[in-house]
Amino acid sequence: MENELTHEKRVLQGNEAIVEGALAAGCRFYAGYPITPASEIAELMSIKLPAIGGTFIQMEDEIASMGAIIGASLAGVKSLTATSGPGFSLMQENLGFACIAEVPCVLVNVMRGGPSTGLPTSPAQGDVMQARWGTHGDHPIIVLAASSVKDCFEITVQAFNLSEKYRIPVIVLSDEVVAHTRETIVLPKLEKIEVVERIRPSVPPEWYIPYEDNSRGVPAMANMGSGYRHHVTGLVHDPKGFPTQRPDEVDAFIRRQYRKITNGFYEIQMSKTLMMEDAEIAVIAYGSVSRSALHAIKSARSNGIKAGLLQLITLFPFHKKAVDAVLRQCRSVLVPEMNMGQLVREVKRVNLSSKVFKYNRVDGQFITPDEIYDQLLRM
Amino acid sequence: MTEKISRVRHEYLRHDKKFPHVWCPGCGNGIVLGSLIRAIDKLSLEKDELVLASGIGCAGRMPAYVDFNTLHTTHGRALTFATGIKLAKPELTVLCVMGDGDATAIGGNHFIHAARRNLNLTAIIINNQIYGMTGGQYSPTTPYGANASTAVYGHIEHAFSIAELAITAGAAFVARGTVYHVRMLDTLLAKGIAKRGFSVIEIMSNCHTQYGRRNNMGDPVTMMQWFKDHGVSEQKAKKMSDEEMGEKFTIGVLADKDMPNYMEEYRRIQEQAQLK
Repeated sequence: MENELTHEKRVLQGNEAIVEGALAAGCRFYAGYPITPASEIAELMSIKLPAIGGTFIQMEDEIASMGAIIGASLAGVKSLTATSGPGFSLMQENLGFACIAEVPCVLVNVMRGGPSTGLPTSPAQGDVMQARWGTHGDHPIIVLAASSVKDCFEITVQAFNLSEKYRIPVIVLSDEVVAHTRETIVLPKLEKIEVVERIRPSVPPEWYIPYEDNSRGVPAMANMGSGYRHHVTGLVHDPKGFPTQRPDEVDAFIRRQYRKITNGFYEIQMSKTLMMEDAEIAVIAYGSVSRSALHAIKSARSNGIKAGLLQLITLFPFHKKAVDAVLRQCRSVLVPEMNMGQLVREVKRVNLSSKVFKYNRVDGQFITPDEIYDQLLRM
Repeated sequence: MTEKISRVRHEYLRHDKKFPHVWCPGCGNGIVLGSLIRAIDKLSLEKDELVLASGIGCAGRMPAYVDFNTLHTTHGRALTFATGIKLAKPELTVLCVMGDGDATAIGGNHFIHAARRNLNLTAIIINNQIYGMTGGQYSPTTPYGANASTAVYGHIEHAFSIAELAITAGAAFVARGTVYHVRMLDTLLAKGIAKRGFSVIEIMSNCHTQYGRRNNMGDPVTMMQWFKDHGVSEQKAKKMSDEEMGEKFTIGVLADKDMPNYMEEYRRIQEQAQLK
């Protein structure tokens, strides 16, 4: 295993790179249910995890898969599941549990056309808002979008790190194009990869208060069976972990969950800019579409059009600061998406919505560089 | 003997503001909790090594009262969380307490697959034949013709037997007890927990508030009497005709087989994978 993860050039598809990223980040538990176009992640995990002392299990459905990864994480093992639209819908119930009980775990959703069985398995980006608001109730969540094989590796590592650091489930959105494109990737040496572990209690067990607030808003988390016996529940709970309906405790609980993520905006909100320095028009894109956008911008530049790209890696919490800067700088901004226009609403909410144009495809086909270039010519 | 049976083992309970419990006076859940604690005490299990997970409903509130590693999951999903815990940390003793609706309606799929998979878990299912917490709606074990808040004209579906379902699905150990036969329940729970494989203990219990009241079953004591009269040992049941059995049900150990459990099998996979 060590050899496979050391500095090495390989040709991988996005799904394989997610597995490599997860293992590099310390993931040692995977539970999942077969679904295209995510199945390669499960297949590869079933081969690789037992070889390094980890555990793979194929559960009876996606509800069970999500439950199992939460259980494994409560026992102290970093855990992953991967799915696509229909399975993602089933996972929403227990995803909410991971939110309220603050259980770190990573969920990969390789998006395909929907709703329901939809378009198996053509690419789409229709699950963006579901990733943000799919489980019921007020909750913060982290959603990252991968655009390439390299991204799949790096973003999966980051997903685990953020999940551990902030005690929050992290959703990685990929799509059929990213999942099945094969690209050359140089895997970094293991020791060069920053791996974050959740903060565990340093006080004696009798002093441990499992949901005690602190300056970061992220309580220390004890593994089950480590002597720090405590109660974990999907009910709103007091700092000791027991159910409460006291308005002051409920309010403090929900607000702490938001505060811990707001405090971390500086590192949670990730984006990349390209040729933005003197840009007069810009594309804001994410996932595989940002690859097409990149080509389109290069074409525009070679024809004298001052175009730039903002690629959003973190979709939620929405990177208002980065988007605001682009909106202020450019005379118009294009948001191409493989959906009817989901993230564009967030862009418009930031500022200057009259400058924002959308371009959408919902026919199961990938948005090409030429299409985006054509749109740029009209701006 | 009686004194020993009724003894409450306070050292296993959480006393910081957790009591009084949420259950109705006379509820069978308290009897199950007492019995479970005596079984754990008998097996000399350490509190740190124990996990009690539950789903949603009256039975789902049980973990909050015991001083173990406790987990109150989503409706019907306790076994899925327990599966993750057990696989991640096999040295822990993982128990699940569920109600009939929790385990076999919304959680039915997880239940049969957990039984088939034979991971070393213990499923304690309190069967009171009704959804108690939500107000007396019919469950998969509500008898044909019975009255429920969603079956005021009489129930038209047929109940299934949780224990027989568990046996068919392949559980290594299956037993049925009642909240009347407490001494037997202590033993059944201890045997189930000690079993290396998936074990199911179905416990017939009284919900006089939601089931008893609607079906003229009387107060908790009368319902207990009903369990006393209707629970028969397997030996006795074998000699009885179908007419004689009527509404009666078998109690005791109903299945106990030895086969490799999931973790033992998975260790073999790990060794194989490591050789490659």
